[in-house]
Amino acid sequence: MTTEVGSETEVKKEPEKTVEQPAEPERPATNQTDEVKVVEAAEQSNESPALATDSAKPKENQEEAQPADNATGPEGEEPPASPPASEKKGISRFLPPWLKRQKSQSVVGPKESQVTPKEEGGVVLVKGEGEGEKAEQAEAEQTSLTTAAEPQVEEEQVNGEAEPEQKEEVNSEEHAENHSTGSAETQPAKEEKASEKSLEKSAAEEEETEGGEEKKDQEERLKPEGGRYFIKSPLKLTKKVKMVMCHVIMLDGSQFPCEVEKRAKGQYLFFKVCEALNLLEKDYFGLSYKDNADQTCWLDPTKEIKHQICNPSWQLAFNVKFYPPDPSQLTEDITRYLLCLQLRQDIVSGRLPCSFVTHSLLGSYSLQAELGDHDPDEQRLDYISDFQFAPSQTKEMEEKVVELHKTHRGMTPAQADTQFLENAKKLSMYGVDLHHAKDSEGVDIMLGVCANGLLIYKDRLRINRFAWPKILKISYKRSNFYIKIRPGETEQFESTVGFKLPNHRSAKRVWKVCVENHTFFRLMTPEAPTKAKFLTLGSKFRYSGRTQAQTRQASTLIDRPAPYFERTSSKRISRSLDGAPVINMIEAQDSAPTSVGNGREPGLELSSDSSKVEEEPSERAAATPTEGTEMKRDEPDSSQQDLDKTQEDVLKHQASTSELKRSFMEATPETRPSQWEKRLTASPATSMRLQAQGISDDKQKSNETTLQAAEVEIDEMVVVEEIRVAPKGSVTITTPEVVVTPVAVETELEKPEEEVIEEVKEEQKRPVSVSSESESEEEAGEYHPQVTVSTSVEQIKEEPEEEEKEEVDENEEPEQVAEPEPLPEVEVETMPSPAVVEETPMAEPETALVVDAPAEEERTEDILVTPEEAPNGHAEDQPGLVAVEEEEEEEEEPRVNGDASHAETERIPQVICCSEPPVVKTEMVTISDTFAAQKTEIATKEVPIVHTETKTITYEAAQLDGSGDGEPGILMTAQTITSESLCTTTTTHITKTLKGGLSETRIEKRIVITGDSDIDHDQALAQAIKEAKEQHPDMSVTRVVVHKETELAEEGED
Amino acid sequence: MAGVMTGFGNFTHAVVRAIPSSLAKEALRMNVLDVDLVKAQREHEVYVGVLKHKLGLQVIELPADESLPDCVFVEDVAVVCGDTALITRPGAESRRKETEAMRRALKELDLNIVEMSDENATLDGGDVLFTGREFFVGLSKRTNQKGAEILADVFKDYAVSTVPVTDGLHLKSFCSMGGPGLIVIGTSEPAQKALKIMQQMSDHRYNKLTVPDDIAANTIYMNLPSKGHVLLHCTPEEFPESAKVSTHTLCTSTHTLCTSTHMLISVLPQLLATEYCIFVVLYAYVCRKYPCTLS
Repeated sequence: MTTEVGSETEVKKEPEKTVEQPAEPERPATNQTDEVKVVEAAEQSNESPALATDSAKPKENQEEAQPADNATGPEGEEPPASPPASEKKGISRFLPPWLKRQKSQSVVGPKESQVTPKEEGGVVLVKGEGEGEKAEQAEAEQTSLTTAAEPQVEEEQVNGEAEPEQKEEVNSEEHAENHSTGSAETQPAKEEKASEKSLEKSAAEEEETEGGEEKKDQEERLKPEGGRYFIKSPLKLTKKVKMVMCHVIMLDGSQFPCEVEKRAKGQYLFFKVCEALNLLEKDYFGLSYKDNADQTCWLDPTKEIKHQICNPSWQLAFNVKFYPPDPSQLTEDITRYLLCLQLRQDIVSGRLPCSFVTHSLLGSYSLQAELGDHDPDEQRLDYISDFQFAPSQTKEMEEKVVELHKTHRGMTPAQADTQFLENAKKLSMYGVDLHHAKDSEGVDIMLGVCANGLLIYKDRLRINRFAWPKILKISYKRSNFYIKIRPGETEQFESTVGFKLPNHRSAKRVWKVCVENHTFFRLMTPEAPTKAKFLTLGSKFRYSGRTQAQTRQASTLIDRPAPYFERTSSKRISRSLDGAPVINMIEAQDSAPTSVGNGREPGLELSSDSSKVEEEPSERAAATPTEGTEMKRDEPDSSQQDLDKTQEDVLKHQASTSELKRSFMEATPETRPSQWEKRLTASPATSMRLQAQGISDDKQKSNETTLQAAEVEIDEMVVVEEIRVAPKGSVTITTPEVVVTPVAVETELEKPEEEVIEEVKEEQKRPVSVSSESESEEEAGEYHPQVTVSTSVEQIKEEPEEEEKEEVDENEEPEQVAEPEPLPEVEVETMPSPAVVEETPMAEPETALVVDAPAEEERTEDILVTPEEAPNGHAEDQPGLVAVEEEEEEEEEPRVNGDASHAETERIPQVICCSEPPVVKTEMVTISDTFAAQKTEIATKEVPIVHTETKTITYEAAQLDGSGDGEPGILMTAQTITSESLCTTTTTHITKTLKGGLSETRIEKRIVITGDSDIDHDQALAQAIKEAKEQHPDMSVTRVVVHKETELAEEGED
Repeated sequence: MAGVMTGFGNFTHAVVRAIPSSLAKEALRMNVLDVDLVKAQREHEVYVGVLKHKLGLQVIELPADESLPDCVFVEDVAVVCGDTALITRPGAESRRKETEAMRRALKELDLNIVEMSDENATLDGGDVLFTGREFFVGLSKRTNQKGAEILADVFKDYAVSTVPVTDGLHLKSFCSMGGPGLIVIGTSEPAQKALKIMQQMSDHRYNKLTVPDDIAANTIYMNLPSKGHVLLHCTPEEFPESAKVSTHTLCTSTHTLCTSTHMLISVLPQLLATEYCIFVVLYAYVCRKYPCTLS
């Protein structure tokens, strides 16, 4: 390790390092003045270096920052830190990056305290809101502790998966070191981090321990030097972590280069961007990218960027993802400003059609916001030509704009923005996300997803509209997208409307957008948390961010002075790019961090380096907010101001900023409700969800409520998540602490059906959500709206499905059955059989898988594993088009797990085949075709019927943490982590339950292997199981369910 | 300054056209009842008088054209919203020339004139219901999809939703706007069905005023700078039940000022936004209703 060497050595070794160094020095200024100089020089030289170096830089910076943090504020960190035990490590893998980060952050030394994980997890579960939030909170804490630390923390958070871990580790280590010695070396930490990332937990642990020693040594060495730490760490990081340079196009047209670890999650990058923008109300925004088909997709914050972005250049764009129906309710002007920028883009690109007059009026507000009052002396009419107000702009329009501009005299930029939005929000296509599709008859139409629901357009005409409340289920299969509609007043049956999308990807994209918009605008809280436990297995995708209700609530806590930001028109972009200093703009005002960073860095790095992210150690940390500056607006003034500010000021700013952030982040979604939310969901439902999410205390107590909630949710529409698949095999591995018990689903299922109902009610809470989710998962989300739809293009097929209520009931029952039994059984009965079944999460998914498999398989490539759905009409619905009767039956069944069994019985046989998984060698391996209710039935029938195409294999060991157990277990935490790679999607659900004084941690891992025949599924499965075991050496595998679907089989079955 | 989309705006002008004597014999009819030409002309005079003197609108009176028996129904030949006027392409071949006089009149009002030149498109203004926030276009015998698309292209700010009209001539044969957010609707099955569709298709919520007679649902709502909210509706003598409902409801529950005329009048809602706008194209629906009430 060259930690000692310092910047020079680093520079020599790696240009990246050198870069990092510069950044570091600035922050640490106190320690490394000398170094700084060197660094700066290095930086200058380095700046020239290619992007690759840049990529490395950020990491390094982070590392550096960490050390600095440690040095500065290790104390604060220590106390909170309850290092994750071995469990943690094992779990950590499953845990999302942020979670890990948080833990590590909170915990002084991961190594030191192993116990904490549960607590942490619990917290996470309860909050459930946003990963980012948590991370932010953690960050905030750190920041509060040490101003310098903030940036680091943020960065860490931002980094998301890959970086976070490393950083976390580093931080923790560093902290530990600091505590012990006062200063920690980054290198060890880096090493550890890297090892952890790359290696398994166990390995990581070892490394950590080792690292700790090393660190101490290093620390001793480094302490005196201080600055060196940074350097060293960077080196390590660079070595281990591959950095990638992302280019984010901001709303003002500027480029925001950001270096992230190759394994970083979307969230990391998103946070970095928001940080740069100094944006707090970030839930309305997202990062988008173009897929291979040049279609715009949203970056999933919970997944690694590299698994999503296809283009080698990592080009992304920062965009408004959810257009607030009433922008006046946004808390901060900066948020409105960004929304304005987005809308200007939408208008110019033609996505948001306007009349001539509207173009002119909106343009005049833009002028007023950017230029201020019309200057009569300024005769230059050309000042307007720099602006673009419409896709095709005429002289006449420009004159009109000027004419209107004159009338806005005295209007402040914020007022002009507000007026702009007040007019823009009335436009019929405001916030409507259009997707090309065909109706059932092959007619070209457009699907418009918006805050209120789904709009159907033919050409420019609206031919139908499905409000969210009318949609019971949203799903997709292959290239088809379906919505199940709630029956109208006079209608007895739900109908399903199907649309044909150009291809599978586009169908999934629409589905995801619907799921997200529905969750964001219609639900009080994201479904994910609630369902997490249950859903884990089945559903992959959910909207993980905050809902509008939550973000509004959180926004009410924002009390920072309005951040300063400069309104930049597209024409100015060039300028902004020029000056690094510009960055400050945002930060400049209030956030000290920005100012700090700006002051020094701006000139230096901001433009080139800073933009990259990196942020650096303490100083930068402070600057973090500033990083936003990277956006580069030109504001010399702000930068100057920043410069002027003393460090103290900066620190103060930072502290205040961190507090703000913290408070903002902490604001949890759970809070109920805004009127809107209330409306949306019956209060009971909300409560239910909350309960489900946070706590599964007394199932019985909540039973009633839960039931209601369940119903409610269903009524409102559950968002379905999909499970990819087609000819894929999905492997669900549950590793609980408890011994594995193979369960005979079948038996369990049967029992549950009758008995369960009562029990289930309690459990239903979870199940309910789960069921819905599961459904969504498989196919997608399904909404059941009324039939009215018929008018439009869509196919309105009346399915024999039961009414929602019925469905709900059914669901409840099934769920109940599954959950109650499972929980108790699982926990109590280690091995066995029944328990397994009952695990709600597991069971549902599994069941879903099974059930779905038949229906889904037949119909589409995708294999959805949805407990309810599969059995239910959803899967069937789609198919439903084909066979109504079956669907009806199925639907009913599906909804209720128990019910599902019925349906399953019929279908299952076909679909399910029992076979042992190739690789799985869990303690107890029980192969059952299906889970839960469905399983039971399925199993019985399945055995006889073997479809080559579809196979479901279940190895079960009972285990249920508090989640679904009949036994009174207290749910400590529940987490669902989803990671996606090219051909495999892994959903990890971690549930911690406290039962009778014993705490159980159950990890459910759902791995969906998607691919054509060219993929060796068995091998992939074996590998997955192996990895799972390796990841959690301290845990045992209780159940493994393998569901294999092949298109052929599906078709045949149907 | 007011925004562009300010609902109905202020009504300042009205365009009407005299009744040709050919109306009685040659006009297109939904039924065979005879039209009392004299009574129709008398009612028309009263109608114009109300617009001019009682409401203070600037009324532009186009002369009748004997070769265009249906020319009195000016609503069908133009749709005016904001500063833009769409000259339609009426579904009935015999009525296409009615647009010429209207075009000239509207040009003089300095409106932005847009022609519907596509020969595959047909659109009758009677199928266009402007609610202040969006358009509903009835797809009827006279209006087709293409015509609706063109309308959507012209008025880009607003959502344009299509509503199938299976019975009756026009969408506005059984409904109209009775005020901001208030739809006056008849009780017939087609009317109620259409209302449901409109409600489903809309992001906005509308109150509905149901009147016993579909024809009585033909009202003209105006927002007049000097008078406030004004609603022209059928006379109690003609539709006693409907009048009772509307007057009672409108007078009590809304700010609507009831101006009773003895004629059935429908209006093409002209929403003029802001200062730009100005006017209202009024057309007399007379004939359609006359058969029932006259003679």
